Amino acid sequence: MTEHAIALTINGTLYRATVEPRLSLVDFIRDVAGLTGTHVGCEHGVCGACTVTVDGAAVRGCLMFAVQAEGLAVETVEGLTEANGALSPLQDAFIEAHAMQCGYCTPGMLLSARELLADNPDPTEAEIRDAIAGNLCRCTGYGQIVEAIQLAAARLRQGAPA
Amino acid sequence: MSQMNFPTFKYIGRKRRVKEDRRFVMGKGRFVADIVPAGTLHVALVASPHPAARIVRIDVKAAEALPGVVKAFAGADIKADMNSMQHGVDAPNIDWRPLAVDRVRYAGEWVCAVVATSRAIAEDAAELVVVDYETTPFVIDPEEAYRPGSALVHPAHGSNILFEREFVWGPVADDFARADAVERYQVYWGRSSTVPIETFGVTARWNPGDETLDVWASVQMPKYQEQIAGALRLPANAVRVHFDVDVGGSYGVKRGLKQAVLTGSLARKLSRPVRLIEDRLDNMTGGDAHGPDRRFDVELAYANDGRVLSMKLRALDDCGCYPGRSPLQLGKPVGAIVGPYTIGSVAYHAISVATNKTSQVAVRGFGQAPTNYALETGIDRIARKLGIDPVEMRLRNLIPSNAFPYRIPSGSDYDSGDYQTVVKLALEKASYASLIAERDRLRSEGRIAGIGMITCLEPGGGNSAFEPLFNPKNDTTTWMEGCTVKVDLSGAIVCLMGTTTAGQGHESLVSLVVGETLEREPDGIRVIRSDSMSAVPSNSPVASRMAIMLGGAATKAAEIIRDKLIAIAAHNLGAEPSALAYADGDVSVADDPSRRMTWSELVTIAHRKFHLLPPGMDPGLQATNVMEVPLGGTLPTADGVVQMYPCYAFETHIALVEIDGETGKTTIRDYTIGHDCGVVINPDIVRGMIFGGVAHGIGAALMEEFAYDAASGQLLAGSFMDYVMPSAHETPTVKLVEYCTPSPHTSHGQKGAGEAGYLGAPACIACAVNDALAPLGKAAMQLPMRPSALEALIADARGLT
Repeated sequence: MTEHAIALTINGTLYRATVEPRLSLVDFIRDVAGLTGTHVGCEHGVCGACTVTVDGAAVRGCLMFAVQAEGLAVETVEGLTEANGALSPLQDAFIEAHAMQCGYCTPGMLLSARELLADNPDPTEAEIRDAIAGNLCRCTGYGQIVEAIQLAAARLRQGAPA
Repeated sequence: MSQMNFPTFKYIGRKRRVKEDRRFVMGKGRFVADIVPAGTLHVALVASPHPAARIVRIDVKAAEALPGVVKAFAGADIKADMNSMQHGVDAPNIDWRPLAVDRVRYAGEWVCAVVATSRAIAEDAAELVVVDYETTPFVIDPEEAYRPGSALVHPAHGSNILFEREFVWGPVADDFARADAVERYQVYWGRSSTVPIETFGVTARWNPGDETLDVWASVQMPKYQEQIAGALRLPANAVRVHFDVDVGGSYGVKRGLKQAVLTGSLARKLSRPVRLIEDRLDNMTGGDAHGPDRRFDVELAYANDGRVLSMKLRALDDCGCYPGRSPLQLGKPVGAIVGPYTIGSVAYHAISVATNKTSQVAVRGFGQAPTNYALETGIDRIARKLGIDPVEMRLRNLIPSNAFPYRIPSGSDYDSGDYQTVVKLALEKASYASLIAERDRLRSEGRIAGIGMITCLEPGGGNSAFEPLFNPKNDTTTWMEGCTVKVDLSGAIVCLMGTTTAGQGHESLVSLVVGETLEREPDGIRVIRSDSMSAVPSNSPVASRMAIMLGGAATKAAEIIRDKLIAIAAHNLGAEPSALAYADGDVSVADDPSRRMTWSELVTIAHRKFHLLPPGMDPGLQATNVMEVPLGGTLPTADGVVQMYPCYAFETHIALVEIDGETGKTTIRDYTIGHDCGVVINPDIVRGMIFGGVAHGIGAALMEEFAYDAASGQLLAGSFMDYVMPSAHETPTVKLVEYCTPSPHTSHGQKGAGEAGYLGAPACIACAVNDALAPLGKAAMQLPMRPSALEALIADARGLT
């Protein structure tokens, strides 16, 4: 299979690699870049566990090829934490509300929530549910995830640094 | 969540962040796919397309010729190196191997494993494997499988019956004779499961130097290392299962035995680490994915005042191909066979049959949720016949709060409860009168709305007594759990647990009970999940048991350390231990607090100053407790009476639903739960369990099914497009009221909560749907209640068919 040289940034770091065109973006993130915070759930675009943002838009890492991300800026869960280890208000709110159990869907859920809050600082519960409806969670029943996003939104509106 | 009637503790029961959460929000969880030892090889699987066939020929030449492929293995290639995996029932002639040998017995059964340097190459090669089959008769319908003359899934076993027993507990015939009436009905619990977002995965590494096998697995399986070792003909002290793997959800299903035996066998043959990370299709068609699939025939004998006197229950469970421990899922309900009710006698005919379907595995509640659904359906049917309100119907049958401990006909003592108070609190929380008004308002507009109200129990911390109950050759009477607590020279505390964790918050649990006992800040206590060689015994987080059993063992180990600190202080202060007071780790003379020794001084003595230790005391500060199940330890009687669970949590669910008359889609408009699991150790963990259990229950009630095509024997739901699960849209905000009747049998009064929500939600939603359909003269008697099924009933009622 013909391989292609690509370059993209993940969390601000430039990655160059030669990959098969069939390599999915999530496999690139995990296996080439070595960032294992992004998880693989169904590999057919339903569960949302592999959600990352590409140029600010939440996408499913299993439905995009790495070669399609050539020149684009990808952000993963690892990018939410400050270099000094400080958590973002969204991550902190997820802990405060215990918005997870096994933690497997959590990175994708955080990225979907982040996209929502970037566009809509004061979402209603219905808007929150709509924003995370593409991310399946089998542990929590979503209640504490909705609470966490509401909490993060309130703190961000009060001026917590995003 | 405020909890009423709650005892006061220093740390337990208070809002506290969950220890595990930080690593997960950082993307620093350590899941099995994240663990890749140097030189790891990857497996892809070739699966059977037929529900039953003889394997005529397997040709792997083209596959092995592909660059990057190391080798391809068929079942016959690895059979000689291993024993059959073991079942939980007496079925010695059902040979169970990771890869099929000679025959395939379900569509999706693994036939060949291709090992390559990458998963992509292994998948490419798997497509080049050629298998010739000669199809044979198969059976998909479990009633047909049960009848003589059916095609046999395992001819060597002689029939498709994996387990069958008729229990009679109490004067069933007399109670039926004196009843005013009998309600007879059939209900069907569809083949659903918990379907974690992470599939199962395992990496095995053979270490030729010391002849040990390392296993990293996304697993929740009791006695895993012993089972792997037994199948691979290794001593169990040659298998090291690493428990420090974060499991991406399980809720019972991640059994992982054949996968570990397969990769362990390949790793040993190849002397390379080998890993199998199931893709979603592997998982749903051939992995550990399917749950109970159960037909119930029920007869309830009742008096005209609504009291249910006796029950006859026939449960036929479709186990799929290989039994494993799955038939035992008919056994857990024995420990709560009458639910929270005063039903005085029971006849229980439990049948597990094999069919040519993917094997069933354990699912949250281990068979209790289907049984609760069957019983609650009947309670509502009687209420409707007698014109009694469903709530009043329950109140007339609930065990009174002054009757505990309460022995049920099958032999278990319920520990404690105040069901009436929980119901009262939940009705208030739900504003029950307004719910009824809202339902009636909707109906007055011509809409289809209904209310469900159910009550049920969550047995917790079981002693696995269903093993001897279901297999006379098995005399297991303990389901122990262990924990080690260590205090180092600096005074820092480390606790060791011996099993994996899948989101239940075990590290938080252990740190809280140890912190409570030693009066040390729980956030500073480190809890590690060791490995199977260094851990004390565990039976894994099954059966809503860890708060009871791991919490109990950790508490007892901490108590040993506290007693040792008090003994050291007594020796150095010249006082009797009974005259001392322990507070925050310091020990003082109760009558003279100026005479005291600090935590730091006492810890230092234990670690460095042997001359200050009481005579005969060993140095150091470490303790281990391995705890037997409270009330456990006895075998069943010949007629099947046995104490099964020490603790019984109670829950009541109240829901208002509306069914779209055009599409048949059910929407949950309001949902309330009253819950009592005794003392809550971490409130956020418990409410998360409840909310998550309700979501699972909504799926089982309305959406999820591993449906089969009976004619072809093919699974129709092999992806998330076909196996539909609740999203944030379908899952309502749940109102919760928490009450506390402490268990007298546990360290702090706690009961189990890991199966909460799920045990009652399917029953509640089914009752609500049937309340909605009742004015149309219709009843839905099988789960899941899909829109298509409900739409057909509604159309029929409206004369549109």
